[in-house]
Amino acid sequence: MSGRVQGPVLILGATSDMARAIARDFAARGCDIQLAAREPERLEADRADLVTRYGVGVTLHAVDALDVDSHAGFVAGLPALPRVAVSAIGLMGEQAENAADMTRAATILRANFEGPASLMGVLANAMEARGSGTLVGISSVAGERGRASNYVYGSAKAGFTAYLSGLRNRLAKKGVHVVTVLPGFVATRMTEGMDLPARLVAQPEEVGAAVLAAVEKGRDVIYVRPVWRLIMAIIRALPERVFKKTSI
Amino acid sequence: MTRLAGWGRFRPVEARVARMRSEADVAVALAAGGPVIARGNGRAYGDSAVSPGVTLDMRGMDRMLAFDPATGVLVAEAGVLLSEIIACLLPRGWFPSVTPGTRYVTLGGAIAADVHGKNHHVDGGFGAFVDWVEVMGPDGRVTRAEAGSDLFSWTVGGMGLTGVILRAAIRLRRVETGWICQETRATAGLDEAIDVFEGAMDAPYSVAWIDCVTEGPHLGRSLVMLGRHAGVGDLPAARRRDPFGVPRKRRLTVPLDLPGLALNRWTVGAFNAAYYRLGARKPGPALVPWDSYFYPLDAIGDWNRIYGRRGFVQFQCVLPEDSARRGLHRLVEVIAASGQGSFLSVLKRFGPQDSRFAFPRAGYTLALDFPAHDGSLDLMQTLDRITLEHGGRFYLAKDARMPRAVLEAADDRVAAFRAMRAATGAAGRFVSLQSERLGL
Ligand SMILES: Cc1cc2nc3c(=O)[nH]c(=O)nc-3n(C[C@H](O)[C@H](O)[C@H](O)COP(=O)(O)OP(=O)(O)OC[C@H]3O[C@@H](n4cnc5c(N)ncnc54)[C@H](O)[C@@H]3O)c2cc1C
Repeated sequence: MSGRVQGPVLILGATSDMARAIARDFAARGCDIQLAAREPERLEADRADLVTRYGVGVTLHAVDALDVDSHAGFVAGLPALPRVAVSAIGLMGEQAENAADMTRAATILRANFEGPASLMGVLANAMEARGSGTLVGISSVAGERGRASNYVYGSAKAGFTAYLSGLRNRLAKKGVHVVTVLPGFVATRMTEGMDLPARLVAQPEEVGAAVLAAVEKGRDVIYVRPVWRLIMAIIRALPERVFKKTSI
Repeated sequence: MTRLAGWGRFRPVEARVARMRSEADVAVALAAGGPVIARGNGRAYGDSAVSPGVTLDMRGMDRMLAFDPATGVLVAEAGVLLSEIIACLLPRGWFPSVTPGTRYVTLGGAIAADVHGKNHHVDGGFGAFVDWVEVMGPDGRVTRAEAGSDLFSWTVGGMGLTGVILRAAIRLRRVETGWICQETRATAGLDEAIDVFEGAMDAPYSVAWIDCVTEGPHLGRSLVMLGRHAGVGDLPAARRRDPFGVPRKRRLTVPLDLPGLALNRWTVGAFNAAYYRLGARKPGPALVPWDSYFYPLDAIGDWNRIYGRRGFVQFQCVLPEDSARRGLHRLVEVIAASGQGSFLSVLKRFGPQDSRFAFPRAGYTLALDFPAHDGSLDLMQTLDRITLEHGGRFYLAKDARMPRAVLEAADDRVAAFRAMRAATGAAGRFVSLQSERLGL
């Protein structure tokens, strides 16, 4: 898809900072918005904000990423099948806990891979049947290579990235486009309190603008700040012999 | 921990900052029990939005909740910027009723400092256009304080020291276009500038750029700029189809701290002379876009970096009507003689205002920047003294260094403010480095 974007736009995991920024950018283009989160009552102020600022229609929906059985019903229950669906679902947890407690680790794996993949899968099938649409998955550079500091989260994101890549390949000739977003560090609740190099940290508003541009231009895989493409190329290229001794 | 200071980047400290995204976040931060202070967009020059405990970054609460086009009342969360309000509502014909010289301030910051604009002499401060505020107090309870109530009157101009403003309802002003009819009058000296202000009490907007460098007969020469919102009929025919559209400006950014000597006596003197001549050469009426009229500095991102690493301090006082002429002469004389005059000095007429703790009162306000160093800090002590001698007071949103005794001598409302803080339990809970320094 390229050119002017159309709504409705579904935002999954709508309470996150990135999701809020993305919703605003699409609403500013005049798209109606469907906000979905586990506790939709927490989205009331965001709904009011989008209506007041941009005069678009906004609906709120309950969705539980971990309740895979509910996903088909959730999509069928939307007021309209979205033109664009964005998954901003994610849960990082504490790596130390994720490493020690396998129940915890399983939740991280499911929340970052199984849940988003299932939702994107249901939406993909419906969009394929319609013959049009765009799916946007917010994955992570953490999925590019497993690192000691967050491999539980990272491996789930690796799975999600591969899933999105497969969907893109499957749907490329079916009128459905898939965008993979690898944001790098973003100043959000997730990264608050971390000591990160400022030049590498994007603001949520940059993610919003980048996602909108990627959808309009039909891009496949985007990094929000271009330096990340270079950084990840280097990290991927390091021989395992060297990589395993690093602490990055 | 983050390095944090005000807009002047003077004496930064390591601070704990937590981003607030909802009322629940603020409740959690307060429940932790330590001292907190709300921070908007950090445009106050000094230490009023830095806490010795946790600084609550309110920019995450930036939702506009409702707008009524029949009344022009906007309800919004406190962290929304005036720039966002303008971007959203100017195209629909609405503009903030009062705006400071930068649009990158939050609603909460504008209320807490009761900011003034170029229309103070007719309309009063920002608080005059606020219908209610919702404030989270020391016990975590949220109160909707209507205009006129006790909590409201202390909160407007209360510098965050009554509690955290969560939401507010403000009344915007209807405008027909995004343009301002401006008239510039060049005056040969300070007295003439004051005469122009006194003769223009019915101009909707008035402000003067004042030369604080030149000594002698032209001491305090000024460019007084009067303005009013243009009607559609004021626009050339070609602009009438899109009366809110103004030319897009390239936004420049100061990419790094300039070395301290970039702004010295000679560059500032040359700037002042050139600026004055430019204004004096083409006085009279002009049609200017809203952004260049209200926010000339906003065109340069991070302009506070031109003062270098040590940062800068601002001095702003208001002198009452009866002593303003004498007092301004003394202030400008001393500044010009010191050779430290800044290139951004602003003179403005205030109209009557009677408030619990807010800064404005009838008279004249003078504001100017100094690069921070021993010489300028000494000079500011002299300016403090002259202000006190003339019955004036100081703007806390600009202050970064005033001694407690000066505030107490300037403002007989301090005791009542302290008593209110003690009685409500706000003292010890809502604390900024400034409130500690000034013993508020
Ligand atoms: C270029 C420039 C021009 C300016 N021109 C003017 C002018 O013409 N007139 C004028 O009056 N001022 C002017 N100012 C000052 C500025 O308008 C005020 O300092 C304003 O308060 C800044 O708003 P902020 O959102 O950045 O607040 P901050 O600087 O972050 O905070 C200022 C104060 O507000 C309090 N506060 C902020 N948010 C909340 C909240 N949600 N609840 C409770 N308290 C809160 C803080 O605790 C602090 O005491 C100017 C500043 C600059 C940089």
